Amino acid sequence: MAKKNAQPAAAAAYVPVKEDFVLLSQRDIRTDANFASQSYWKGVFTHFFRNRRAVVGLVIITVIILLAIFGPMMNAFGYRDIVQYRNEKNKRVVAKGISPQIPALHKLLTGEELEGNFSEYTFLFGTDDLGRDLWTRTWYGARVSLLIAFVTIIIDMIIGMSYGLISGYFGGMVDNVMQRFVEIANSVPRLVIVSVLAIFMPKGMGLVIVALLLTEWIGMSKIARAEMLKIKEQEYVLASRTLGARSNHIIFKEILPNTIGPIITQVMFSIPTAIFTEAFLSFVGVGIVLPQCSVGTLIEDGFNNITTLPYQILPPIIVLALLMLGFNFIGDGLREALAPKLEDM
Amino acid sequence: MSEANKTILDIKNLDISFKTNAGTVHAIRGVNLDLCRGETVAIVGESGSGKSVTMKAAMGLLDSNATVNSGEILYTYTDESGREVTVDLLKLPKKQLRQNYNGQRIAMVFQDPMTSLDPTMTIGKQIMEGMFLHKNMSKDAAHARAIELLRLVGIPDAEKRFKNYPHQLSGGMRQRVVIAIALSADPDILICDEPTTALDVTIQARILELIMDIQKKMGLSVIYITHDLGVVAKVADYVDVMYAGKIVEVGNVNEIFYDPKHPYTWGLLSAMPDLDTDDDRLYSIPGSPPNFLHEPKGDAFAARNQFALAVDEKADPPLFQVSRTHFAATWLLHPDAPKIEMPKELQARLARARKEVEKYL
Amino acid sequence: MTKYVLKRIGMALLTLLIITFLLFLLVRIMPGNPFPSERMSAEQIANKRAEMGLDDPILTQFVRYMGNVLRGDFGKGTSLYNGAPIKTVLSTAISNSFRIGGIAILLGTLVGLLLGVTAALNKGKFLDGFCTVFSILGVCVPSYVFLIFLQYTFSFKIPFFPYFFDPSRFAFSAIIPAVSLSLFTMSTIARFTRNEMVEVFDSDYVRLAEAKGMYGRGLVMKHVLRNALIPIVTVLAPLVVDLLTGALVVEKIYGINGIGKLMVDAIAGEGIDYNYVLALGILYSALYIGIMLVVDLLYGVLDPRIRVSAKGEEA
Repeated sequence: MAKKNAQPAAAAAYVPVKEDFVLLSQRDIRTDANFASQSYWKGVFTHFFRNRRAVVGLVIITVIILLAIFGPMMNAFGYRDIVQYRNEKNKRVVAKGISPQIPALHKLLTGEELEGNFSEYTFLFGTDDLGRDLWTRTWYGARVSLLIAFVTIIIDMIIGMSYGLISGYFGGMVDNVMQRFVEIANSVPRLVIVSVLAIFMPKGMGLVIVALLLTEWIGMSKIARAEMLKIKEQEYVLASRTLGARSNHIIFKEILPNTIGPIITQVMFSIPTAIFTEAFLSFVGVGIVLPQCSVGTLIEDGFNNITTLPYQILPPIIVLALLMLGFNFIGDGLREALAPKLEDM
Repeated sequence: MSEANKTILDIKNLDISFKTNAGTVHAIRGVNLDLCRGETVAIVGESGSGKSVTMKAAMGLLDSNATVNSGEILYTYTDESGREVTVDLLKLPKKQLRQNYNGQRIAMVFQDPMTSLDPTMTIGKQIMEGMFLHKNMSKDAAHARAIELLRLVGIPDAEKRFKNYPHQLSGGMRQRVVIAIALSADPDILICDEPTTALDVTIQARILELIMDIQKKMGLSVIYITHDLGVVAKVADYVDVMYAGKIVEVGNVNEIFYDPKHPYTWGLLSAMPDLDTDDDRLYSIPGSPPNFLHEPKGDAFAARNQFALAVDEKADPPLFQVSRTHFAATWLLHPDAPKIEMPKELQARLARARKEVEKYL
Repeated sequence: MTKYVLKRIGMALLTLLIITFLLFLLVRIMPGNPFPSERMSAEQIANKRAEMGLDDPILTQFVRYMGNVLRGDFGKGTSLYNGAPIKTVLSTAISNSFRIGGIAILLGTLVGLLLGVTAALNKGKFLDGFCTVFSILGVCVPSYVFLIFLQYTFSFKIPFFPYFFDPSRFAFSAIIPAVSLSLFTMSTIARFTRNEMVEVFDSDYVRLAEAKGMYGRGLVMKHVLRNALIPIVTVLAPLVVDLLTGALVVEKIYGINGIGKLMVDAIAGEGIDYNYVLALGILYSALYIGIMLVVDLLYGVLDPRIRVSAKGEEA
């Protein structure tokens, strides 16, 4: 029917004429116009991008990642540089605690020039109590937090997937032992793991990464195992096993591609958890150490100065909240796109 | 359709659409259907043809994204004072529909017994609920009646089963419970939405016989929604063949099975497995039902119809009358249309089937 | 049923024992001097070690330690609180933390349920949208950020509540920390309840109940709520754990002498207090495992599917 789209739409009023009553025999009616052209991943993509929230999440995360990469380069200040100059008496003048200012905008709004020592500089987020530019520090901190999250979650994904897939694939005794271990590992609160780590490791990024590595793989392994158990019994895997395929081949060629969807979804939910944990540990004082900064230490700095420089705490909090929001939206969107509810009749 | 019986349910020109993320889906496009007292009507069609939606509309169970664009569903009954009353079920407020009609006058049996019982409530309580709602029964009376119903639907050990939770029963048993629930407030009409699809073949027949048996005992009118022509042949007086939100052929069971006129019905009948068919492969209708996000012009079936005419792509065929009770919506019945017979294989099959039946008559 | 419960309890105790042993092992093989606060010669240290039994086989030490723990004796801190008995410090801390945490859980659960049910009953309307935004906010912002905000606004800008926790005015000064701790629980429960209820509303058995003639309140009370609320029990356990974690910072910031602050002091200060780490590690693990056990058993009581199959196991 696609061939004849030149006809006017008013079909209801159409009065058939004699010539209409001929057979349309030379047609290919076996092509299924509804489903033939849709591949699985294409369906997932369309579904994902049709989801308004998922797209919003994607945009937020993309913008934050871009800012985390390029933000610190967008002005002349380094993340640990103290903005200062020497005045005519050769005394240091430091840009301590300057609230957010944009000279051009100020002039536009009030018609007057900004006054003060650093009135020619633009400080979008202001400066902190030591005179460091908060715009640079915020995006630098976001970069550190994101990097920690990505790196650890990807390693966790590899560990968790291997563990879960192996456990599920071999089943029986292997599975039993491996699952008992997971059960025990899962019964240790994250806090306790961190506190024991604090005994053995110096505070800093390493501790945060190891703490995340030790905890986040469990969820992934559970998902991978469940998927494996589900897929293992399906015909195509049985078939390839009957054909003599080895375990390695079956795990990596047949099963891995099918578990990737749920795992990516889990990754999207684990990254914000990792960012949250990093912020928490840094705030408590066992995470990132000075002069490095992350979202967590920035919030802590902001908190320490809250009574004097209340604006300082806002940027890292907003970035943290947006990261959480974005990743959660993407995760939700992916989950829905991978298992769409049938909204048929 | 036969004048001797009074029409109890009359669906007129029903038109329903759904709002989805992808756009508006025009699911029901002018359905007409009627049911007479004591009769059995079967609505047949592929999944997605809108058969369930039609009956859900009658029960007020449409999803919240559905809009009824036009049409009415007229239900006629005799009230307490013996007066005959006709109401349009679509116009009633939800509350009134639930209080006075659902369960009490029109009851429904759902497709999947595994999911249609509340997992946290004993089956006895679920059966008694309807009685408390509509009959104001005392607890003891309801209990006695529930046990009676459980026996009626063929559940052994009814007293003990009364206290069971759904997960303790097999699929067939659960479907019997669902039927018992449907019967709990003595309805006039029983709508069975694919009542046996989710069940084992051996249990299917028993459930169907049970429903027919109860229908006879209680004088029910029954509507079956099914895609299984075997079920239709077994239970129905009249058959409505539905395709893409429209009734494309309607007639009594003999007319549909032995003298089908619509190419879609031909396809359905050809797709029925049959022991005597020597074809290597089972016939199936090519393609899939249209996606009603993009409404096709002309006959919705044309794209899959090997007997499609040029006119099919231009205009939707009206219902042509074949006999007093038999109608079909296909341009093939137009006087100008080329004479096209149903496929040879199907003719042979139908002839065989008729002989089989005659043997038993 | 009894057998099932006993089995679950046994498993939980065994897990706790294994974890305790591992903790003990790790803390005891730590590098460094166990008596950092005292100046002693090498010989004195050796004597002291022998006196405290630190040279015995690790298993003997563990059994001795566990014996003491069961009597409530966790030893003394190595650097915190000038070596006051951990038991005394811990009991005050537990009392403070549990009371504030309890209020937070209760508040979070009740308000969360209320919001979730309201949202589900008004699906797609304004209230639903409001609850969604609220629950997203609650999940995306850590509890200590809420605390900082509340503290800044209601204790500093408008000095109504105390700026720091004041044990002499417990209820009054518990409001800010309890509210900030409850927000995560509240929003998670609200979101979960809403989604569960919407799903149950879409279920076949609700369709059947409607076909039976159930509607409105009766339908919600008899069929929807019960089925939607059972799974909520399962999210409660991780929520309590998150709350414990959140309490760490909240107690630190608000100056509450609770187990969270104790933990921070034990690990984040200049020297690490090993005995506190061990004691708190055992306490947190016991809490965690205990909560998971309770939730597991509660789920069994609430859901007839599990309840009955557990009975079957017994027969």
